[in-house]
Amino acid sequence: MIEINLADKHVLITGASRGIGAACAKNFAAAGATLYLNGRESEKLSALCLQLSDEYGVTCHSLPFNVSKVDEVQQGFQQLFKLTKKLDVLVNNAGILDDALIGMVTPTQVENTFATNTYSVLYCSQYAARLMQRGGSGSIINVASIIGRVGNTGQAVYGASKAAVIGITKSLAKELAPVNIRVNAVAPGFIETDMTKQLSPDKYQERLESIAMGRVGTADNVADTILFLASNLSTYVTGQTIGVDGGMLI
Amino acid sequence: MSEEKIKQAFVKALAIPEEQVKDSLEYNSIKEWDSTAHMILIAELEDVFEVMLDTDDIIDMSSYAKAKEILRKYDIDC
Repeated sequence: MIEINLADKHVLITGASRGIGAACAKNFAAAGATLYLNGRESEKLSALCLQLSDEYGVTCHSLPFNVSKVDEVQQGFQQLFKLTKKLDVLVNNAGILDDALIGMVTPTQVENTFATNTYSVLYCSQYAARLMQRGGSGSIINVASIIGRVGNTGQAVYGASKAAVIGITKSLAKELAPVNIRVNAVAPGFIETDMTKQLSPDKYQERLESIAMGRVGTADNVADTILFLASNLSTYVTGQTIGVDGGMLI
Repeated sequence: MSEEKIKQAFVKALAIPEEQVKDSLEYNSIKEWDSTAHMILIAELEDVFEVMLDTDDIIDMSSYAKAKEILRKYDIDC
């Protein structure tokens, strides 16, 4: 049996207080990694850190900062730099979902969505790549979306922000390959999280019926794929976007 | 003392003799200080002084003299 052991790895996860981010934190803790958990809810982060440290005996630091604000990203990484000069894995997971038909889209909505879903990926990757280069390797995993690949009604802004994440993934993979940093993305389909709970019952049913496997995905399903991309099982994989969608068709 | 540390960081990161490290030394003015070496230099300075430089400062660091000016912002006496 192949076991994933990340005991000597330092991992930063953004948006780690719930959903896919929290599932990733649990997975990486189970693999023995040293964790740096980012989010905006510092109490939730601290509680999760405590729980993971107790349960898995790993070192876990909470790094509360808002990834949508570049000055906070900078301060967050300065804090990380004081804790460790080393970073092996970055999971760019933080994201927001704010649907609207095109006639109802506001500039504020566009700015907020891109700041959280897209610009944060660029800025966090920029600082992370600098730390990873010191160690001679690294893995950046971006959480995109099936909507960024195929689009959907009412999701022009969200879809654009996630399509941009896939573009960032492809370009960064090429730029950072020579320094042995891999960059990949996952594109979750319909996953049971706080974000998808905002859907109406009709929409929920409609989405469910579009999934070939006939069930909604879980945050753990996505976190498992992210763990694979962070591990030595994927050392020759870069620039890829892996769908985690149960064969969903939109 | 800090200025000497900065000088040694330049010597090590750019692999150039100490005599070449002067205020007039500019980014891209010698083949040893290209964009790749620039990031190695940044990492070296960050390691020596235990600070993480802002992206704007990395871009602004266009000479040895400018490097000293930027590092002073991080409370490094040089």
